[in-house]
Amino acid sequence: MIARVYQFLDSFGSGIIMTWRAFAMLPAAPRILKRIAEHGYRIGYTSMPIIAILLFFIGAVLALQAGITLREFGAKEFIGALVGASVARELGPVMVAIILAGRVGSAITAELASMRVNSEVDALITMNIPPERLLVLPRLLAVLLVMPVLTILANLIAWFGGAIVCEYVSFIGLSADAFFLNLQTYVSFQDVLDGLIKAEIFGFVVMIIACNIGLRTRGGPREIGLAVTKSVVLSLVAILTLDYFITKVLA
Amino acid sequence: MVSSRETILERQDRSPVAVKVAELEKSYGSQQVLKGVNFEVTPGEIFVVMGPSGSGKSVLLRHLAGLETPSAGSVTINDCNPVLPVTRNRFALALVFQSGALLNSLSVYDNLALYPHEHRLCSKPEMRDRVMRALRILSIEHAAQKMPSELSGGMRKRVAIARALVMEPQLILYDEPTSELDPTMAATIAEIIATLREEYAVTSIVVSHDRDLSLTIADRIALMHEGNLHHIATPAEFRASDDPIITEFLNPKIDLQNPRFKSLEATS
Repeated sequence: MIARVYQFLDSFGSGIIMTWRAFAMLPAAPRILKRIAEHGYRIGYTSMPIIAILLFFIGAVLALQAGITLREFGAKEFIGALVGASVARELGPVMVAIILAGRVGSAITAELASMRVNSEVDALITMNIPPERLLVLPRLLAVLLVMPVLTILANLIAWFGGAIVCEYVSFIGLSADAFFLNLQTYVSFQDVLDGLIKAEIFGFVVMIIACNIGLRTRGGPREIGLAVTKSVVLSLVAILTLDYFITKVLA
Repeated sequence: MVSSRETILERQDRSPVAVKVAELEKSYGSQQVLKGVNFEVTPGEIFVVMGPSGSGKSVLLRHLAGLETPSAGSVTINDCNPVLPVTRNRFALALVFQSGALLNSLSVYDNLALYPHEHRLCSKPEMRDRVMRALRILSIEHAAQKMPSELSGGMRKRVAIARALVMEPQLILYDEPTSELDPTMAATIAEIIATLREEYAVTSIVVSHDRDLSLTIADRIALMHEGNLHHIATPAEFRASDDPIITEFLNPKIDLQNPRFKSLEATS
């Protein structure tokens, strides 16, 4: 038990040091624009299709469930507010972060762990090239740039999914116009902004976890696999735990 | 933190460096790998560390490269600790890994250009000249645009040496430079190591269990045995030695009638 606590604190500490070292290299950012763009493409553009599909159906299911419940109270007009606020404040940023952890975080952990195991990271150190500058900083900056874009896209698609359900599911009987009018009335810019703040924090934390676990990996293929699992599980726990505290702070 | 400009200025002095290892010990948990290693390498010397597998040669080399922190004792390069980034800023130090350790996401050219590019050591045309010269020395200029995954083991090793050359190092550390190579290529690598010393006056430390390579290129050879340096001598002294550990390592007897394996045969 003590060993596990020690291991966790050691990992946590190394994550903080890695992040500190990466941001200490921030003046080098103009020289790594190409790398930031490459990672932005990998993190953002390639994640868009899966985010679009998942968030469309999340918005649709939310509208459907809300429709079933609210029509019994004669309050089906409020589906727009419910779907809009839920997606903007919670589901949008949380789902994007979960997809990021599962799709991108796992790949980054595997890549960095493989580089560590194959001595590529050691080669960088002997060449006096800090791994934090070459491997961590571009990914951190890329995720900070991409997360708001992905979250706004996710919100729009989920709202669109909700509107489609309202328009075409007969027992709800609410037009898309009425859905968006209600959404506009009750969802404020602050709601969307809170969601974007959450998304930035989630993306940042997922990337730190992925890079830190990857760069700390020792051993062989088995350890790389374990590192990927650890990275995804830890990211999911961090997202959902942080979600509670950020919501409380922003409330 | 030392800026790139300071780095370049500090490296105006390109003279080879001296290495000193004093009472170096390293343990991983309860396993002690290095047990008080002592030796000194003079500037421009080719120092070869030989020894059987598992004797701690590679761990020793990782200490010299500043990749490991000693459990006890010290490693110094011109009286500086190689673990500290400031030492790596001051001296160009290259390690040729046994596996090559090329960055798999970069082409051969980009692998070689990484060091001058990241340290802003020269302009793009100069960098290209520097990279292509290194590739030509190793006769692999045709592989410039290939990815590491497309290369054979021997080619990867040559690219790794070329990458070290581009750094214009004052100290090169070689980890098993001739393993996985055919005898002709091993001889070429030996020639390259010797030539680099002649042309660039670089200090070289070679870890190897290749007897022919060691006896041919070394100024001095150290035999590592069970985590310690058993003996340090010139190649001629090594050949003439009647020490049982040295003679057994240099001239192992192959016993085709070994009773250990005869008993295996009987049980199968």
